[in-house]
Amino acid sequence: MRVIKLKKDNLFPFLEVISEKADLWAPVKKGDKHVFKVVDDFSKVELNTTRTILPPRKIFLPQTFSMFNISEKGYEEDFSHVTKKILFGIHPCDIHGLLTLDNFFKQDYLDPYYLEARKNTLILGLSCWPDEYCFAKSTNTHIIEEGFDLFFTDLKDFFLVWIGSSKGDDLIRLKPEFFDENLTDKDIQTYIDWQTARDNAYKWSINFTALPDLMELKYRDPLWEKLGDACLACGSCTNVCPTCNCYNIMDKQFLGGKDGKMIRYWDACTLEEYSEVAGGENFRKKRADRLKLWYTHKLQAYISKYGKPSCVGCGRCIVTCPVDINVRTVGKALLGEKEDAFWLRFNKEVTK
Amino acid sequence: MNGENKHLTHDNPFLPEPARIVRTYYLTEDVKFFQVRIVDMEKALSFNYSPGQFGMISVLGAGDAPFSISSTPSRPGLLEFCIGKAGTVTNALFRMKENSLIGFRGPYGNGFPIEKMKDKDIIIIVGGLGAAPLRSVLLYCLDNRDQFRRVSLLHGAKKPAEMIFREEFFALKQREDLECHLSVDKDDTGKWTENIGVVTTLFSLLEKIDPVNTYALVCGPPVMYKFVIKELVNLNIPKDQILMTLERRMKCGIGKCGHCAIDYIYTCLDGPVFTYWDVIHMRELI
Ligand code: SF4
Ligand code: SF4
Repeated sequence: MRVIKLKKDNLFPFLEVISEKADLWAPVKKGDKHVFKVVDDFSKVELNTTRTILPPRKIFLPQTFSMFNISEKGYEEDFSHVTKKILFGIHPCDIHGLLTLDNFFKQDYLDPYYLEARKNTLILGLSCWPDEYCFAKSTNTHIIEEGFDLFFTDLKDFFLVWIGSSKGDDLIRLKPEFFDENLTDKDIQTYIDWQTARDNAYKWSINFTALPDLMELKYRDPLWEKLGDACLACGSCTNVCPTCNCYNIMDKQFLGGKDGKMIRYWDACTLEEYSEVAGGENFRKKRADRLKLWYTHKLQAYISKYGKPSCVGCGRCIVTCPVDINVRTVGKALLGEKEDAFWLRFNKEVTK
Repeated sequence: MNGENKHLTHDNPFLPEPARIVRTYYLTEDVKFFQVRIVDMEKALSFNYSPGQFGMISVLGAGDAPFSISSTPSRPGLLEFCIGKAGTVTNALFRMKENSLIGFRGPYGNGFPIEKMKDKDIIIIVGGLGAAPLRSVLLYCLDNRDQFRRVSLLHGAKKPAEMIFREEFFALKQREDLECHLSVDKDDTGKWTENIGVVTTLFSLLEKIDPVNTYALVCGPPVMYKFVIKELVNLNIPKDQILMTLERRMKCGIGKCGHCAIDYIYTCLDGPVFTYWDVIHMRELI
């Protein structure tokens, strides 16, 4: 892969140039948190962020969008959510999240609503620094070798820019004078030092390889009832997780007319309505059963199919769940690591 | 129907194919029969599927829902469905008249393993609305009678008025190449001429079987499975030759929306036909 340098001061001018080509999405502040948003004022772009509130999935599959316009003539495809976009500032774990979604939406039947949006979006990754919730090193998603057009490693005075695709290279060619092709030994050493320090900055870890077996063995463990009793069935964990993909479809008729739209919107397996079938029966009425489904998917099912968990270690469920049910508490409980701070807190404060 | 779109380079698996309701009538008080034809004649006649597969029917404005196909691919051109009133989509369908336009997409799911079932004995065990998917495989076996050995049908309904495909199944009793046993749990008419009792009571009427070379196909209400499977296991039919079709959870049909997920599998892709051996290993299946 070709790697070049970009002076720090040149980043925003570069973003400004490329944003003429497509809508530029980047992390900006929202309260004390961050969100991905279309930006035109580049001074608002945040470089030192951790996770955004919602994962980048929302850029490809908005929370609600129309799939078909419906009229007496029938169904007319609606791809209005697909526009040319550039996504800047996405971290390695979230790029892994997209690769996981790619696998999913490409297997068996292709999902054109996701894949077309994906094809029309350039991915400009950005390195990051873990906080106390991140654990991407445990999921091996702290490094990324594919899935981006450009990747920027922030080394304080300059960026290393990894060119991952021909389209990425085209962006560079818009302003070649901003970049420097010559990496010195010192630059490379700076990178190595940064990488070592970053790898050492992860504050906790979890042994994912042990979890599939434990999910199987502890499927009937009272642990699940305990988690189920605490869960509010709010669906937040599912909405914030970068690898969750469930949705629902409904027809929306315009008032008074015969016309309407077929709408697709995010759904969450942790919500009670999720497992309801025609006729009103619900085969997963218990919150414990719905949590088991979610964790089977994150910690077991994907591993057995693709050899890695579908959790990418972003920590969103950890910062989001109001009652501390997350990959960390559940994982640690399954592993029997009773002294883990989160599991202790769950036991002490949530279930008392 | 297919809108032009500058972005679109893929086929769209969500796009319903226009189809017409050719004929519809009530089978029982709350179950209706639908004969449907894809409007495009070439597509209609080349449309192929296996018994046990299902399709999505959409009604403009009401949405779509999965239905097992009750017709057999050995009689191409028309698709048949046997639909019980259950939700928004079925309510809308029930109101539709013959010749109305609907949307159809499919076929989906795995269907029955017809190749493996060839040259074997086939026992089909139906409870109530379970006839909807099993009629497809039953008709398929009868249309290709020389490809299978013994074929038996054990059919149970709650009461005579709730038996769907009544004339059709009674007519089968005349056939020499099929062992057909019919039963109702209760006869409230006083005119029922066949067996009375739950469907498992029909097992005692079944001629002696050759278990290792038998495939048993089961579909019915959830309560039925436990008792029927017990009989079949006692008859020594191998657990991977006991097949059941479980379609109640499907939503999108193409393994994307997530609603039919159980453990590792998507019922709509890996099912709706499962063996009893699968069921033992998948905790939430029945
Ligand atoms: S399970 Fe939690 S930590 Fe893992 S990817 Fe999903 S939100 Fe992030
Ligand atoms: S686990 Fe937490 S975030 Fe998820 S549904 Fe339950 S309470 Fe909400």
